[in-house]
Amino acid sequence: MTSLPAPAKKKLGLVIDLDICVGCHACAVACKEWNDGGDFGPLPDDDPYGAEPLGVWFNRVHSYEVLPLAASTTHDPTTPRIHDPQPAPAAPARPLDSRGRGQPATSQIPHMVHFPRSCLHCETPDCVTVCPTGASYKRADDGIVLVDQDKCIGCQLCAWACPYGAREIALPHPKAPASDAGRKGTKRGTMQKCTLCVDRIYNETLDEGDRQPACVLACPTRARMFGDLGDPDSDVSKVVAERQGFALMPEFGYQPVNRYLPPRARRDGSASASPAEVAEETLDTGQLPPLLRWLDKALSR
Amino acid sequence: MKPALSVIFFTVLSGTGYGLWCLLGAALAAGLYPFAGDGVLVPLAFGFALVTAGLLASTSHLGRPERAWRALSQWRSSWLSREGIASLVTYLPMLAVAWLAFAGDAGSGLRTAGALLSLCALATILCTANIYRSIKTIAAWRTPQVLPLYFMFALLSGGLWLWAWLALAPGRATALGFPLALLALAVVAAIIKVDHWKRIDALPRNTAGHATGLESMGRVRAFEGPVTEESYLTREMAFVLARKHGVRLRRIALTLFALVPVLGIVIALPSGAMWLAPIAAFAAIAGLFVERWLFFAEARHAVAAFFPQMQA
Repeated sequence: MTSLPAPAKKKLGLVIDLDICVGCHACAVACKEWNDGGDFGPLPDDDPYGAEPLGVWFNRVHSYEVLPLAASTTHDPTTPRIHDPQPAPAAPARPLDSRGRGQPATSQIPHMVHFPRSCLHCETPDCVTVCPTGASYKRADDGIVLVDQDKCIGCQLCAWACPYGAREIALPHPKAPASDAGRKGTKRGTMQKCTLCVDRIYNETLDEGDRQPACVLACPTRARMFGDLGDPDSDVSKVVAERQGFALMPEFGYQPVNRYLPPRARRDGSASASPAEVAEETLDTGQLPPLLRWLDKALSR
Repeated sequence: MKPALSVIFFTVLSGTGYGLWCLLGAALAAGLYPFAGDGVLVPLAFGFALVTAGLLASTSHLGRPERAWRALSQWRSSWLSREGIASLVTYLPMLAVAWLAFAGDAGSGLRTAGALLSLCALATILCTANIYRSIKTIAAWRTPQVLPLYFMFALLSGGLWLWAWLALAPGRATALGFPLALLALAVVAAIIKVDHWKRIDALPRNTAGHATGLESMGRVRAFEGPVTEESYLTREMAFVLARKHGVRLRRIALTLFALVPVLGIVIALPSGAMWLAPIAAFAAIAGLFVERWLFFAEARHAVAAFFPQMQA
């Protein structure tokens, strides 16, 4: 049934800490590994070792460069905003110097934010209601959004309805030879998505500590947390309250369950470090003794 | 959005077929249709060919077409499911009209069946349009012009085929009202379509800063995508090809679906050169293929903002 169930008290989901994610992709790889072989697998790849590999991942890690707005500027007119009728053209890419530091155009040092993206297990998602078959559904008891692989016809309307890119269809690679069509896993023709490792979290054959989504267990910096976001006393709810965790694109009204914790302000108290200050630290190597001058030269390479 | 040929064929061909059935059914219901018997069956069968070809084309968009029957189950929430049901239900009054026309009936039975056919065809077009209008992530499809345009394009291109039949059938019907109404429809549809294009050009775009929720920190630029190669999302939703030739393709579409039919009607009516009618109908369908290709190709999906491919 693709009508949504009555809101559940339990809202299982993830909290992702953008402050400490280092963008190592371990969560994505662990997810791929578990779900390729778990109850919902396979997660087919097409042309995996070829020139244009294409495959399904439930979890993908993006990297963004955030250029802090100058403290004195409340609104940067060149910043494109969704509410601007005519968004200003994006800023030209700034070249990096040999040490990888941002060059000057805007007198700010960029902040790198790694951003894992997966299903947010929304409370009122259209990916469920647009489904014509009942394959896409939200569990009434814990709120996990799943696709019944035996019912899905692969119309892709649910993927179109999702602004978070949570769903990917398993279709054969457009250039895959026809002889591949029958190979196990190369053609599923059905929509795939994060299951919140529903085959792990309730799995009594696993040690209790392992009953967590694979991505959460794999994260080397503990940037991913799993829990009940419907319970205000749960660890995840507490950290969301403390760190002002936010939901992505709330304007669609889907009420995502997952929360992202924003990057903390930089240690000097500001969100930004001005390159002007950095520039003041330049060293006059002419004043240095020869050994240190040589050392500076060697280290500067 | 990636313009999938299967869906373009479906919406254009089935739309034309339902438009033809809608007008034919309405004319029968109102007692205005000049022919009986074969004069009803030929356009009805042509509509059947268009509708069925379109529906079959749509199943090739599915990853599992053999399960298509399952799509009939979720009419409570899904416009796609409603569309599937409406498209099949419409075959019933179509068969009734065919049987009554074949049996030589021209009385209240045929009028009722015609009215039902017309209403079911309209309902199917409504469902098709609402499939797209219900996708909140694609602002270009949420505009108020989309629903009237789906109705107008179906009636225009189906109507031109019906006019071609009326004008060329043995014992030609030469009433002026119908082609003049089509002429007006072509002009109005063109005006609304141009308005739609202007509207979607002015729509705000989603940005990486907004999509990630990081915009309050500063200016956000996608530095690296999750993989170096394409993915389903970048192929399906971050399709950028269309904008390059957009202006030219829009002109081609307008010329074919509006200008050629208008000129065809304006020239054919006084001169009696009725061979122009099927040319106008062919042009309209070709123009709608281009229009529908742009409908998908120019539509921006909110998820594209996450990807570096979408940044200028």
